[in-house]
Amino acid sequence: MKSFALFKKDWESELRTRYAINALAMFVLVTISVIMFSIGDEKITEYLTGGLLWVVIFFSAMSGLSRAFVSEEERGTTLTLQLIASPTTIFSGKLLFNLILVFLMNVAITILFSMLFDSFVIKNLSLFLVAFLLGNVGIAISSTIIAAIISKASSKGTLYPVLSFPILLPLILTLLELTKFSMDGNSISSSFVEIAVLFSYDIIMGTASYLLFDFIWKD
Amino acid sequence: MTNYTVELNKLVKYFGRRLIFDGIDYSFQSSHVYGISGPNGSGKSTLVKIISCLISPTKGKIKHSFEGKVIEEEELHNFLGFVSPYLFLYDEFTAEENLQHISKVRGIKFNKERSDFLLNEFNLYERRSDLLRGFSSGMKQRLKFAFALLHEPQLLILDEPTSNLDYSGKEKVYEFIKSEGKTKLVLIASNEEADLALCERVLELQNFKNQQPR
Repeated sequence: MKSFALFKKDWESELRTRYAINALAMFVLVTISVIMFSIGDEKITEYLTGGLLWVVIFFSAMSGLSRAFVSEEERGTTLTLQLIASPTTIFSGKLLFNLILVFLMNVAITILFSMLFDSFVIKNLSLFLVAFLLGNVGIAISSTIIAAIISKASSKGTLYPVLSFPILLPLILTLLELTKFSMDGNSISSSFVEIAVLFSYDIIMGTASYLLFDFIWKD
Repeated sequence: MTNYTVELNKLVKYFGRRLIFDGIDYSFQSSHVYGISGPNGSGKSTLVKIISCLISPTKGKIKHSFEGKVIEEEELHNFLGFVSPYLFLYDEFTAEENLQHISKVRGIKFNKERSDFLLNEFNLYERRSDLLRGFSSGMKQRLKFAFALLHEPQLLILDEPTSNLDYSGKEKVYEFIKSEGKTKLVLIASNEEADLALCERVLELQNFKNQQPR
């Protein structure tokens, strides 16, 4: 409940300040527009649209999800949070906020992709949904812990993509593979290994994040 | 009467190679008001942050106990009220919304009666529905006292409590320190003579800078 209260505080704060929502919306629109302009009348393969989808998602996550902790640090309210809640509550609240943001953002990006790119055709929707769900959880967990790390650094803007790339790379590569499989119409059972990798990634990142957050959070 | 104690055991703090203080052994007990004093840079704020478990000491230990039971670091926020000039509340919320959100994140039910009482005492009741971004620094400082006292903490740590406050604000703060100090533990880190005059004992930090650099 405390984590949910923190999420609610962050959500109301976000609706008033629009720290992350505006950054994410602008980034998504600009990136998709640039892709469309650069493609022009060319017909691109369905695999390429699948790849582009995760590229847009990856960079959008870079632009908006760090706000969860950076905005607290910039406003000087980190101390206030430290004084009112335990590190576990704080991490859970921030993770919940990023999860909601990632899902909203990625649903919007996927809908835009399916509307704008004719070749973006998913033949096995249930496989894509499983990958999408597990992928979003992984992105949210990784982004939240990286945001906590970089919020303490002086060069936040540079550090976020630098740290995120190696951490998110295995996740994005697996998601690309699963998106390809879902475009080919493969069954869930034949993609079991990739799904297990995604699931394991989420569990490992979640456990490691909860264990590490205490050390990151305290000076 | 409650029994809250804070024991500092051989506390040492370095920032890099610079020694801030060395070998602080001290015990604070409830129903008293203690002062922490020293020249600028002597580590007053550092010490109160260490006592609040916001930062770690380089060496030594801090033990918080309430009614004979040791308080774990993760639970300390339930017992602690903290006011300082480097503490900031949320500018995008009103004074009352700040207190509501903070209560809920603490995991306690928002006590409207207590909130109204504190806002009234600190002369903010009329402005309770205004966003904090429109508040002056003195008004924000007053609200920090409402923030610190809302959950009726056993330990009240006040770092430069009267900074930015006008005469009436200071008088109100002193009134609260006196009343809270009767049953609870109050620590004041300050150089202001008027602040330290309220303290029964004062810990002088310049006495804890003996060691050679590392």
